Amino acid sequence: MYGTGLAKGLAVTLKNLVLPSRFFTLHQYPDRRIGLLGLAKMSGTNVVSYTFKNPREAVKSLLGLAVVEDREPRHPRFRGQEFSFYEQRCTGCASCAKYCPLGIIKIVTTRSGDAMQEGEKYGLEVFDIDIGRCMFCGLCVEACPYDALHMGSGFEEGNYQRQELVFDIDRLRRAPKRPSTWFRPQLEARGYDPETDGELGWHDVGRHERPTTEEQAERWARR
Amino acid sequence: MLDFLSVLDFFKDNLPDPLDRLAYPIAGMTLAMIVINAVVMSTALYTWFERRVLGRFQSRRGPNRWGPFGLLQPMADVVKLLAKEDIIPDTADKPAFTIAPILLLVPMFLVFAVIPFGADSFLGRLNVGVLFILGVTGVSTLAIFMAGWASRNKYAMFGAIRAVAMLISYEVPMALAVTGVVVLAGSMSLLGIVGAQSVPYFLVQPLGFFVFMTAAAAEMSRAPFDMIEAESELGGGYITEYAGMKFGILQLAEFMAPLATAAVATVLFLGGTSGFDPIPGQLWFLAKAFALVFLMLWVRATWPRLRVDQIMGFAWKALLPLALLNMFVVAIELVVLQDSDTGAITRGDLWAMAAVNWVIAVVAIVITANVLGQRRLRPETPVPSPLANMAAEAD
Amino acid sequence: MAIDTKPITINVGPQHPSTHGVFRLRVTFDGETVVDVEPVFGYLHRGTEKLAEERSYVQIVTLTDRLDYTSSMTNNQAYVRAVEKLAGLEVPERGMYLRVIGAELQRIASHLVSTGFFLQELGTFVTLLMYCFRDRERILDLFEMLCGARVTVSYMRPGGVFQDAPEDFWPALDVFLNEMPGYIDDLEGLISDNEIVLARTRDVGVLSPEFAIDCSVTGPNLRGSSVHWDLRKADPYEVYDRVDFEVPIGSRGDCFDRYMVRIQEMRQSLRILEQCRDQIPEGPVRTEVPYFIRPPAGDAYAAVEAPRGELGFYLVSERGIAPYRCKIRSPSYMNLTVLRDVLVGWRMADLVIIFGSIDVNMGEVDR
Repeated sequence: MYGTGLAKGLAVTLKNLVLPSRFFTLHQYPDRRIGLLGLAKMSGTNVVSYTFKNPREAVKSLLGLAVVEDREPRHPRFRGQEFSFYEQRCTGCASCAKYCPLGIIKIVTTRSGDAMQEGEKYGLEVFDIDIGRCMFCGLCVEACPYDALHMGSGFEEGNYQRQELVFDIDRLRRAPKRPSTWFRPQLEARGYDPETDGELGWHDVGRHERPTTEEQAERWARR
Repeated sequence: MLDFLSVLDFFKDNLPDPLDRLAYPIAGMTLAMIVINAVVMSTALYTWFERRVLGRFQSRRGPNRWGPFGLLQPMADVVKLLAKEDIIPDTADKPAFTIAPILLLVPMFLVFAVIPFGADSFLGRLNVGVLFILGVTGVSTLAIFMAGWASRNKYAMFGAIRAVAMLISYEVPMALAVTGVVVLAGSMSLLGIVGAQSVPYFLVQPLGFFVFMTAAAAEMSRAPFDMIEAESELGGGYITEYAGMKFGILQLAEFMAPLATAAVATVLFLGGTSGFDPIPGQLWFLAKAFALVFLMLWVRATWPRLRVDQIMGFAWKALLPLALLNMFVVAIELVVLQDSDTGAITRGDLWAMAAVNWVIAVVAIVITANVLGQRRLRPETPVPSPLANMAAEAD
Repeated sequence: MAIDTKPITINVGPQHPSTHGVFRLRVTFDGETVVDVEPVFGYLHRGTEKLAEERSYVQIVTLTDRLDYTSSMTNNQAYVRAVEKLAGLEVPERGMYLRVIGAELQRIASHLVSTGFFLQELGTFVTLLMYCFRDRERILDLFEMLCGARVTVSYMRPGGVFQDAPEDFWPALDVFLNEMPGYIDDLEGLISDNEIVLARTRDVGVLSPEFAIDCSVTGPNLRGSSVHWDLRKADPYEVYDRVDFEVPIGSRGDCFDRYMVRIQEMRQSLRILEQCRDQIPEGPVRTEVPYFIRPPAGDAYAAVEAPRGELGFYLVSERGIAPYRCKIRSPSYMNLTVLRDVLVGWRMADLVIIFGSIDVNMGEVDR
């Protein structure tokens, strides 16, 4: 009959209005409003004792002004900004710079005549990544043979000036070392989560790390 | 309580002597202020409600940043519109351009002036309330055309012409549906109609209710008849040249329309303030109006819009015959069932009418739908215009 | 009495809410009927084919992501198949299955986008758009698990897929496969019987099968005009000959049929996904390939069934690390050929609907 289709449409919309399983906005960004009950639950106490302990927050929440941070956690494999760079592993081979489709990585190492000691010959003078033009494809991370460069997991690198978006080597040294598990199966095998687990040192992020004596002997034997 | 006469007495008693003669205008202005403020505030609240409920229909939240639950969002909108520059096009007709939004808004207030919100609470006691409402809503049609014409913009005028064509087409079925109610109630006064509804008229005249709600939805340009908003995809619309607070007033009028329609429909079809005793009549009125408003929102969230020619076809080919049928059936039933001495209708008579009318309504809608539907779904081969070769020559 | 009217030309400009990207249509109206249509595009041209001549074969994968930005996986798939043909590379089984899983998920996501926007132009006040995007979010979450990015995925490499799926991908895929049919039922319940939708899309914008074939139209547009041609069945590649699925065909070639074909294709993609999930073997996902491949001199063409039609890559190699020429046969560009004939004679309100049902993506058209 004419009109049943319209009624069916109305039923579908009503279902989406009413059923909680259809309501997906679970996370808001960067923060969301929270009421008094939510605040009390978060601090683990009941409403009355929370009001006594933090009267200002309680009043703010009743007026609808209290906010709490709310960010949906990303998957550990997320290709974020904020590269994790381990200088101790980097040899300045510039495979990442060569593999970048946009050519935004600039690497300058010390000239071989300048450094006297062997360990200083691969010192890095300049290591710039311009995330203003980077597309976070991760090919540089894929190219690095020494697992020195990893993708990060943040995405809040907004800035007011384009020049600030160029990560020079000091910034890369200072950045928190939370490598994403993108193209790093050894991190994934350990179940590392850059959001919840702590920072990783340079010993822990490599593929072939500190082989045991037996493994070393086996490798020599296979040659 | 909020009756004009009681307020007038209050002022007459309490004002000192020489100002006595001003009691009449002062009483009127006080009540008008109260009503206007109440209506505008409830429209602002309605914009918040609509955005949140529509958001919830669409699995998202509506406004929720300003104020608890986003209740200050209308305030933020008003501040934004006030802060904008009021642009009037150079070639526009300035007086008409400025008056058009006001002319669109004032009829809504006038409609609210005659609606009985309670047994004694209303502003204007008119014997011909229904006629007043129908007449006053016609002025908003004029205002829309004025807005489009005064803009001196080709596309705005196209949009305005189309909007006016749609609006005047839908006034006819609306008036005829209301006629059915008036005939049954025996009076045009809104208070009288509320009193005569021992059985609510949407049960007694389902066809009339359906026609009225559909025609009213088209009058307000709400889905599925909101081609005026769709117009802005291609041809502009009558609000193209409006900016700043003038645009704000136009939006206010657009959001006040559902409230006014819900109020009028509650009075005419749902029984107004009647309800079970412990709950006061005003609350019943609000609950019924709220139900109608929610229904309109639900329809807006669900159905796509019809094309212009389909809208006009629907008005003249479907709604008009149904409204006429409703009027004839009600009149015939009235003659048959009416008590020949007193001319009164008993409750039992109304229920009998309800039973018959529901059957007639369903049959009529099915027949109309099948007859029209076949024609609509039949393939339409497009006819190329004789001017189709123009581009080839220009190449 | 004939009324003397003058046709006017309106510019449906590049910035417009209903043109699916930056696309300009100069439409000539006679009253309300469309008399002539002149499409102007090129506003999104980024020089992909020229850029591809200066990048190595793996770096071009990131360029192909951005062609049809709503269906990155199939862009990648077409390109890496062309490279594998050129270089004579074999893909391991598990890699092929993962590729097909990615491509079918992407097909569902892309059809959700096009359905959502098509219905939004009909006037449902973004309700359906929100439902479609809400369901698409699930798919994008799956992509984030697979390859770390949601839209521009760069998942495939010549020789397979770049990394295996993580362990939490398979339970999430199961949850998705259980819930998605319910969501598609919701969409269909809202649209397929709705009389208003039928009144506006039935027999509107009819594309005859002969004309469609003459104009090289492919994809759901061709199948909506009742031509049985799907590259996955006609010339099966990867694992499509091992999974069992149907190809929906329309009967009248109007907007409604094209829309129905897309909805049914979503259901068939779910079927393919279930079978792939059951059949996928263990093993490597990528053959070992040097970072900079130098394929032998020659040329190769490979095409896949992208959500919008047949997407093909023609690569010419001269033993360099970058291709000598990379030509992209994009389906949306070819589908635009029929625009004038399918729009002329219809009314203004139908213009937007018909254009939406052809489902053009400007990233592909302009490259």
